[in-house]
Amino acid sequence: MGEHDGQSLIQARGLVKRFGELTAVDAIDFDLRRGEAFGFLGPNGAGKTSTMRMIGCVSPITDGTLRVFGLDPMRDGVKIRSRLGVVPQLDTLDMELTVRENIVIYGRYFGIPRSELGKRADELLEFVQLDERANDRVEPLSGGMKRRLTIARSLVNDPEVMLLDEPTTGLDPQARHVVWDRLYRLKQSGVTLLLTTHYMDEAEQLCDRLVVMDKGKIVAEGSPLELIDRYSTREVVELRFGESRPDDLNYWTDGKVARIEALPDRVLLYTDDGDAAAHMLHERGLAPESVLVRRSTLEDVFLHLTGRSLIE
Amino acid sequence: MSTVALALRPLEFFFAQYRRVWRGTVISSVVTPVVYLLALGVGLGKFVRQDLVYNGESFDYLDVVAPALLAATAMQVASFEASWPVLSAIKWSRQYHAMLAAPLRVKDLLVGHQVFIALRILSTVTVYLAVIAAFGAVKSPLAILAIPAAGLVGVAFAAPIAAWGAYTESDASFVAIFRFLILPMFLFSGTFFPVSQLPAPFEAVAYATPLWHGVDLCRQLTLGEVVVPSAIAHVVFLAAWIVASLTLAVISYRRKLVL
Repeated sequence: MGEHDGQSLIQARGLVKRFGELTAVDAIDFDLRRGEAFGFLGPNGAGKTSTMRMIGCVSPITDGTLRVFGLDPMRDGVKIRSRLGVVPQLDTLDMELTVRENIVIYGRYFGIPRSELGKRADELLEFVQLDERANDRVEPLSGGMKRRLTIARSLVNDPEVMLLDEPTTGLDPQARHVVWDRLYRLKQSGVTLLLTTHYMDEAEQLCDRLVVMDKGKIVAEGSPLELIDRYSTREVVELRFGESRPDDLNYWTDGKVARIEALPDRVLLYTDDGDAAAHMLHERGLAPESVLVRRSTLEDVFLHLTGRSLIE
Repeated sequence: MSTVALALRPLEFFFAQYRRVWRGTVISSVVTPVVYLLALGVGLGKFVRQDLVYNGESFDYLDVVAPALLAATAMQVASFEASWPVLSAIKWSRQYHAMLAAPLRVKDLLVGHQVFIALRILSTVTVYLAVIAAFGAVKSPLAILAIPAAGLVGVAFAAPIAAWGAYTESDASFVAIFRFLILPMFLFSGTFFPVSQLPAPFEAVAYATPLWHGVDLCRQLTLGEVVVPSAIAHVVFLAAWIVASLTLAVISYRRKLVL
């Protein structure tokens, strides 16, 4: 954390990306400030990856403006990319080379001298806890290890900003937590993180600030807590009914909850006091198969904003 | 940063990748052509009349076929190296994407890959030229220039095939390219008999292939029978072919990698 905290590193105004008829990114505005972890939350096809690719200078913008470090991605791609660390959605590791070789060769793409890269690779592998696998081939590594290697590799040029496109998609819960822990440490050490995810828990864990994207548009922006505060209630009661779901939930809740969301498999009641609401239903004789009181999450925010679940 | 310096950065990847397959390529790049040399140059050559005339001089069949096989080897090594490896760098190992996440441009990774292929060709034809010399088929010190000449032939194939490799969605077409383009060129581009033996329309087609120009250029050099205007014409043809193909390849690479 330094004196430049809050300085705008990436700035998009009216940013548009079209592929023929399809508008993947539809006039979005956002700012990435130095030192923060900023997230794009949205379902598949929301335009997150297209946005990342434009920032990574591998996809020309269709309209609007985009500045990365104050530079134009289409003109100064080389300069910009030398300061970015990219973790793509699909790993681009070479499966036949060793873990260490993957880092060294990637470092050579940045023109870093071989003499420096040996030490650098060892440090990075230690950071992602892969030092013991340094001389193994990549192919047999687990998904989580490959992901960590991709993260280590993306740090080889000491980037100011890391672009993480769905950093934990496809990983098991344990592997995800290891990745989150490493990313959290990077953030602590002052690296600015820009990530996309369709996991609300990932966004909550990592992001200081996020935008919710849907169909190419930004539908909300704020910190996870702000968003929950603004678009949801403090708590949620989840009811499951099995075969006999009551028709008129408004009758049962008697206007005592802020909002009712009927999903195919369950009914969500939005209220600031979940226990009280559950108690009231019980008093009135409603007997669902199961009742769960939980706090609101970004999933609820997304549901409220778009009427759909994040992962379909 | 100059284009040259940037284009050299991807080389290390291709060398690292080559380190694990080089044994196999020794067989395909050196042993196979030597077998051809023995079978066609030495074996078949015994049945060919001894007084083959090239540029007014008489030569053995082996002397005439050896430089053609040199050029054809360059073609084959280059065609292989520019087909599956290019598609793989886009689709399977995705290394081109890794390079584009680093400060390299599309043309850097294209040129870098072509430079690697050129080095593969040069090392192969150098060994091959030594083998030809051992067979006694090198007639002039000018033969040393057959190495860069074969390099030109190689890139004349590597560049357009890389353009196709970046365009195509699957590797199915490569087999067709080898069967219906590379193999006929290998047989009919003046390699084993003069193209004047071909029916007229096919003769015209043969003159339009880079292999024919490469074969005749290498032959002039190893036999020491250089006809300067014709040699220059061959070099100009190959160079123009390469420039046009690289231009196509840049377009094809951009279309696939930057969207």
